[in-house]
Formats: sequence, structure tokens, C-alpha cells
Amino acid sequence: MSRISACFAALKAQGRGALIPYLEAFDPDYETSKKLLAEMAQNGGDIIEIGVPFSDPAADGPTIQLAAKRALKAGATLSRILDMVADFRRNNDNTPLILMGYLNPIEQFGTERFLEEAAKAGVDGLIIVDLPFEEAKDVRASAKSKGLDLIHLTTPNTPEDRLELTLKEASGFIYYVSITGITGTNSATEEQLRQSMGRLRKVTNLPVITGFGIATPEQARSASHISDGAVVASALIKEMAGTLEDGKATSKTIPTVIQSLKKLAEAVRS
Amino acid sequence: MTSSHLKSNSLRTGPDLSGHFGPYGGRFVAETLMPLMIELEKAYETAKTDPEFHAELKLHLRDYVGRPSPLWHAKHLSETIGGAQIYLKREDLNHTGSHKLNNVMGQILLARRMGKTRIVAETGAGQHGVATATVCALFGLKCVIYMGATDVERQKPNVFRMHLLGAEVKAVTSGAGTLKDAMNEAMRDWVAHVEDTYFLVGTVAGPHPYPAMVRDFQSVIGTEARQQIQEQTGRLPDGIIAAIGGGSNAMGIFHPFLDDAEVALYGVEAAGLGLESGKLAASISRGRPGVLHGNRTYLLQDQHGQIEEAHSISAGLDYPGIGPEHSWLNDIGRVNYVSATDKEALDAFQILTHKEGIIPALESAHAVAYAQKLAPKMSKDQILIVNISGRGDKDVPTVAAHLGVKL
Repeated sequence: MSRISACFAALKAQGRGALIPYLEAFDPDYETSKKLLAEMAQNGGDIIEIGVPFSDPAADGPTIQLAAKRALKAGATLSRILDMVADFRRNNDNTPLILMGYLNPIEQFGTERFLEEAAKAGVDGLIIVDLPFEEAKDVRASAKSKGLDLIHLTTPNTPEDRLELTLKEASGFIYYVSITGITGTNSATEEQLRQSMGRLRKVTNLPVITGFGIATPEQARSASHISDGAVVASALIKEMAGTLEDGKATSKTIPTVIQSLKKLAEAVRS
Repeated sequence: MTSSHLKSNSLRTGPDLSGHFGPYGGRFVAETLMPLMIELEKAYETAKTDPEFHAELKLHLRDYVGRPSPLWHAKHLSETIGGAQIYLKREDLNHTGSHKLNNVMGQILLARRMGKTRIVAETGAGQHGVATATVCALFGLKCVIYMGATDVERQKPNVFRMHLLGAEVKAVTSGAGTLKDAMNEAMRDWVAHVEDTYFLVGTVAGPHPYPAMVRDFQSVIGTEARQQIQEQTGRLPDGIIAAIGGGSNAMGIFHPFLDDAEVALYGVEAAGLGLESGKLAASISRGRPGVLHGNRTYLLQDQHGQIEEAHSISAGLDYPGIGPEHSWLNDIGRVNYVSATDKEALDAFQILTHKEGIIPALESAHAVAYAQKLAPKMSKDQILIVNISGRGDKDVPTVAAHLGVKL
């Protein structure tokens, strides 16, 4: 069983959804980001999403865009991010890790080589924001053969026929982008989420997690109850960015993020 | 627009059904945008076969844009340079001063058919922004223009024009504050306002169907030029030269000639401070294929796939990518992609101004600069068409600054 399947099975037994914190790899530097990853896994992060910085993250809001800029300045590259994952795996073999990024850095690294090395390093799933179903055929097949899930995104404006078409080959889980907008802007209401889940459950048996616009413990709780998990990204990055001095990590950086994460974890468990 | 009687091996039939020109093009956007791209593609396919749409577009191009634009035999310029006879396709004479209005008019008529009430667009030099703001004023549509903060600063007259026309100009400070960053912001806006908003792309790049659609709307340039040169000289030209940023004026003039093997085509990229300087915008000469802004194409990027900032004296050319059809035409060898530096463009700007009384946009001056290299290698009875894609009023302050003149 893959780490992702095992994780959702365990959560089901506990009767709750997943809390999925996000960090931008190398933001604000390699060491801080590596520690944050380890601490997130120990303090309530059920699955962790690692952002792969790109110079032109067109689907992300200003918070993640700035995080990517800091990370690139700190020397983030795909191979060093995979080193970070491999390092994490030495002490943790359970927490699923999802890399989220854009296609171009992967293609320049060499898609095949990347999939192989990502699987070897201990990555479980990939979200490639600008790779829609129609262009993903080869990548999906190759990822699958290496035991990686290519996570599919769906949105409130995805029509029924498209849902059926795109989700039939999905694996791992479905990432529901709960708003038509960029990361870290507005939020969906509980009623909207319930309706969307109804739509999605008809076409897939995979777990569905909700992302974009989840900032508070209350929002995380309701999203993780209505769907199978909640991603919290911009809110945590904002907290982290608030502790930086001249763009550099301080003694407050990790404790501040972890404190917020604990509150979120408490909420999804309540 | 695409003719129905093309040969099966025609170079003009692309893209394929999935929006690819060979390995280039396609549709690489976030899932939120996919339903919109599919809706846009359907709307455009329907409009393309609707005689009413063509009639409406034709009327607006003639009576509002001012088409056809003349084809001018530049005798003095030809004599000065020596060699081939140079003809200028005068897109600078369109309303708002550039070829941009051809495409904007086409897309705005489409947006109205789709019932959209709000238009967003990105702009570099401001020509596309001005054209978009103009047509939004004409049709009473809400208009938001994203423009890099650096460009807002160096293209003040165009920013003021957009304000006068009732558009909201949003200065983008992310990245280097240029066209690439404005494109990202316009896409973000579109994702957030999918219901009522139409994203009016200004060049032959972006996700399918934009590259094909913008090309179709710009092909009026080449269709006219083809007819005009035959009327004036009794034959097709030996060569056509056009400047390339994203590449819409070039695609527009090249496309109707793609199947005429005897017509050599030259796309002139901005070499900035020189091809070896690292300060340039020549994506084909110095880039490699990758994925940005919804399509696969040649891009300026570092070894890790991070996109690099482009540089050109012309704000309209400093984009780190190029339309995907150009990438394909490069790989199959149908179009020759060459380059001209900032300095060569500045010289050409002055020569055309002196010899023909035509002040070209700095973009178009790059095409003239290549004509200065090519024409002398040709004979007096050979013919070159140079696309003057826009007028240079907007660039007068830039040119003055480079010449050390204080205005």
C-alpha cells in the first residue's frame, strides 16, 4: 500500500480528515525549510505539501509568489529539493510528501529522470499546476510506473463531463481547488463545499482534499470534515514571513509556524 | 482567416486539434482555466464559420481601424541602402498606431458574442493596452490593463492615453515589472473573475486557441500585402522581414505566404546589447524549448528552468518567449530567425525617419535594421517587404535619451 493510501486508511479509522500544511522548499533557506518539514510531520501535519519554486507561478497569489522568490534566491533547485526529501525520509517513513510546482523546471531537469529520482528520494505524489489532463498522458503513465501519484486538480467551474473524463484515471487523491482564483485570496462557504463534494463523490471513490482559501482553524476543521482533508498554505507562509528579518530566518521562525500548525491540528481533531 | 481550400500539405493548416504546432503550443494552464479555454475555442470555431461575424469584423476593420493599410515603395530608403527594392507595409497608419488593433478588434467582437462584460489585457510597450482600451471605449466595456511597473515608467504617454480612454491601468511590481510579469498578473485576474471576464491576449502566444486566433486576426496584414505587391509589381516579393517579440505582426504578414516557397521569410529578434551580452530578448537564438504562459515554445531560461528577464531597447520586444508557431517554423526551417541589436535598431530608426518621413516604432526599426543587412546582398530588381508594425511616437523619448537629447 502506498504511503498516501495508508495515511487515508488510518485517518478513516480515526474518523477524521487530513491536515495538509504547505511549505515552500528553501524558503527562506535550506536549513530552516528542512527543519520545518520535519517539525510539521511531528506536530500534526498528516500529509505535507512541498512547493517547488518557479519564477512565474501564475496560479499563485502574492504570498506564495514572494515565498518562491525568496526560495530561488536561497538557491532552490529540483535536485537540492529532492536531497531535502531524501534527508527527511531517513527519520520518517510514514508521512506522505507531495511536491507541488510548475512544469518547466521539471522538463528542464528531464521529466523521466525527475520522476525516477523523486520516487527514489521518497516523494509520494506530484501536483503539476500547469499540466492539465489533456497534456498529462505520458507523465501520468510514467509516474504511475514508478509508484508516484499524479494528483489531479478540480475546481468549482469544472463541468460534469469534464469531471468524468479527467477523474477516471486519477490516483492518490483528488485536490479540490475550492475557489476560482489564486492561492491565499478568498474562501468557499461550507454550503458551497458540501455541494461540490456531492458532485465529486458521484464520480470518484478517491479521497478528496480541499485547498485554496483555508486560513483559520475553523476553516480547516470544516473543510477536513466535509472533504477528506484541508490544505493550509498561504496562511502558514504569511506567519513565517512575519518572523523574517531582512529576509532571513530568526529564532521565532520555526516556533511561530509550528504553534499555528498545532492549533490547526487541534481543530481538525475536534 | 484560415481558407478552406488549402492543400493538404499546406504549412497554413496548423495547429492540430489539440492546439499543437509540431511539439509546440498546446494548453498548459491551471485547471480553473481549462473550462474557459474550451469555451473560448468553441466560441471562436463557431464565429470563424459565421458570415455575420466576418462581415462585422470587415466593416470595423475598414471604417474604424482604417484598413487596408498602404504598401509603400520606399525608393529613397532603397537607394540609400542599395540592392533590393524595399516596400513598407504601413501598419503604423492603423488607428491607435500599430498592428495591435487588428487583433483587438477581432477578439473584442468575439468577447461580445460570448456575453463578456469585462476585459483584461497585458501590455509591454503599451500599444496593445491602448488598442484594447480604445475598443473597450468604443463598445462600452470595462477594461483593466496590466502593465509592468518598469514599463509604466518608460511608456508614460501610453499610460496616459489608456487613462483617457477610461481603462484602469494596474502597475505590476512583481519580477522585473515588465511584460512577462504583466502576463502573469493578467492570468491571475482572469482565474479570479472567470464568469464575466475575457482575457484579450495581445500576441500569438499563450494557451490554445490564442496563438491560432491572434494569427488569424493578424493575417489580414499578409493577405493585403500579397494582393498589393502583385498589383504594384506583378509578382510576389523575394523576401519579407518583420520584427518579433511574441511575434504577432510577423505571424500576420508571414502566414498568407507560408506556402510560397520562393518567398524568403525573416523574423528579427531583439539582440539587445548583443547576442553574447546576456542582455537580449532573442528567445529562438538564445533560448530553448520550455513551458510558460500556457504554451510550449522557445524561452529564455536558466539551466534549472527558471525564466530569465528579457532586455530590449523596445519595451514591446522584451518578452522571454515567442509564439509557438514561430518555434515550429524555425525548427522546420521555413522562417529564418535573425536578430538586430539595440544600436542597429536606433540607426535604422533614424535612417527611415530621414529618408522616408516615417517614424517607426522601435520594434519595427529592428526589421528595418535587418533590411539594411539583407538588401545590399540582393539585386535591384528583387523585392523586399518590411512590416512597419507601428509608429514611433511612443518611442521618441527613449530615442532622445539614447541620443543624449533632453526633451
